[in-house]
Amino acid sequence: MTLRIDIPEETFRSILAKAFGNAAFVAGLVITVLILAMAIVSYVWTPYDVTKLVIADKTQGPSLAHWFGTDHFGRDILSMIMVGARNSIAVALVAVGIGMGAGVPLGAFAAARGGLADEALMRVNDLVFAFPALLSAIMITAIFGPGAINAIIAIGIFNIPVFARVARAGALAVWPREFILAARAAGKSSTQISIEHVLPNIATLLLVQGTIQFALGILAEAGLSYLGLGAQPPMPSWGRMLFDAQTRMVVAPWMAIFPGMAIVVTVLGLNLLGDGIADILDPKSRRQR
Amino acid sequence: MAQSAKTDEGCWNKLNLQFVQHPSSDLASRGHLLLQGEKEERHAPTPSMTAYLLKRLAIAFATLVLASMVVFAVLEVLPGDPARLMLGMNASADQVELLRNQMGLNAPLVLRYLHWAGGLLSLDFGRSYTYSVPVIDLVRERLAVSLPLALIALALSTIIAIPVGLYSASRRGRAGDTISMGVAQLGVAVPNFWFALMLIYIFAVWLRLVPAGGFPGWAAGAWPALKSLLLPAVALALPQAAILARVTRSALIEVLNEDYIRTARAKGLPYRAVLWRHALRNAMIPVLTILGLQFAFLLAGTIIIENVFYLPGLGRLVFQAITQRDLIVVESVVMLLVAAVIAVNLVVDLSYAVVDPRLRTRQ
Repeated sequence: MTLRIDIPEETFRSILAKAFGNAAFVAGLVITVLILAMAIVSYVWTPYDVTKLVIADKTQGPSLAHWFGTDHFGRDILSMIMVGARNSIAVALVAVGIGMGAGVPLGAFAAARGGLADEALMRVNDLVFAFPALLSAIMITAIFGPGAINAIIAIGIFNIPVFARVARAGALAVWPREFILAARAAGKSSTQISIEHVLPNIATLLLVQGTIQFALGILAEAGLSYLGLGAQPPMPSWGRMLFDAQTRMVVAPWMAIFPGMAIVVTVLGLNLLGDGIADILDPKSRRQR
Repeated sequence: MAQSAKTDEGCWNKLNLQFVQHPSSDLASRGHLLLQGEKEERHAPTPSMTAYLLKRLAIAFATLVLASMVVFAVLEVLPGDPARLMLGMNASADQVELLRNQMGLNAPLVLRYLHWAGGLLSLDFGRSYTYSVPVIDLVRERLAVSLPLALIALALSTIIAIPVGLYSASRRGRAGDTISMGVAQLGVAVPNFWFALMLIYIFAVWLRLVPAGGFPGWAAGAWPALKSLLLPAVALALPQAAILARVTRSALIEVLNEDYIRTARAKGLPYRAVLWRHALRNAMIPVLTILGLQFAFLLAGTIIIENVFYLPGLGRLVFQAITQRDLIVVESVVMLLVAAVIAVNLVVDLSYAVVDPRLRTRQ
């Protein structure tokens, strides 16, 4: 005899309908897609060539020819922001990839194993969290030399314990469920269960955390390149543009205003997107509404 | 680091995620704030408070020792010979070797570690390679800038965030809530060093109210010194305040949904009294946790902010020491910061027991 329980099915369509009714999600998605598009477009087209210095046009205010003005070398700020987006996104995205790639298996393993392995992972987490992330990132980039690759590593390393913790906590909530018991009774190994049953159930958590870490990565990369430890000139980066702007604030405030706005808009978009996803897929909000 | 401005259910999810990140959330997990998983992991009966405190102390100490080993080991593999650095490129190999012996750089690794760690415990940090003064003097001098800066920023962020959180939670879903949480959402996205640049532009370049950077020293009088710390403190505080306001709001909303709040309202207590006496106190645990976390952010944040404002603080010292390969200064300052983070988290853990008497008596 089979037992049937009627559960209102959550179809792809119903989720989609909810997604587009969620203002935060829609706004976040639009902003994120626009920023991504801007970065991609910069590979094939920018209003001006960012590697060409036009001293005659230096520190011009915003105009029709240069929407966001020009910098102290006469480079177009808008074009630099477009090219800089590539760098910010690439660094933050790969850093999230490193964090997920190493952190999720670690967390899932700790949850599946429990006991000593679990305790050890948590203590290592404590240890990493005791170091202010930015300080350590500065140390790593200073030791191994400034540059985009080292910035990725420095930011990525600190994403690992974050994802390990989220994955572990999520997995611990899934393990006592009945369908896991059923899978065990069917003779599946804990690795198989982790991959086939636990992972899909914590995917939402990981996705939301992913957008958060993505946003934090953008901020961290900007900080590092502001200190001169990120991508090196002539590759434009948002943080570096702000550094160049600082001493020229009096004559060319637009050099500081627009790159900063680019960072704010990008981070805001990602945070809204994360909020939206959490709202849409969170079972708690489903129940209470 | 974010939550919805509109609905609080979604933000719980977010908030939980934040807690999951917290290094010492064991006690927090006994509250009502964590992902179910973190709660369910504790099948064993909760040990008594004393045992709990002892355990936390032991963990904090072990973390500190491990951290010191990591710092020592990392800086050991750093390229660059301090003796060579002090003597310059023209020194002969013999001279360098002599100085290396004098500095104890040729002693076995374990001995050097023990010597260094022992020195830390007695506040003897050694001498800076580049400044040729005891590191403790440098640190003391710089701490006189960084500590007031961090404390002012922390105070500012708390003073702004808690009332905003209270206001938002009490007018949940209405215009005031939407606007303040919208501003908070924006505040989270603003990089503090860019905000600092904008503040400099408005208040130092335009209005000429405060200096654009630099620090006159406390000897120049308390007011000029405080004035030059004002903008940096605001720049540090704003993003933190935005996060804290959101956490306060969601924690309050969670508490306001509890049965005992309804009971308090039903027995005729005015809303204001319920909010302040019952809700705020019960919402303090997540707020305290975030405050502890923010201390670490603030310490690290000073590195960039002090560079923006040319403040002679600890952050600028460590940044310069890293670029100059002044290892002994880097080691000492990093250990100091790590010790501060661990100590603050310990204090936060212990303060849960003060805020929440249930945690004190639980057997």
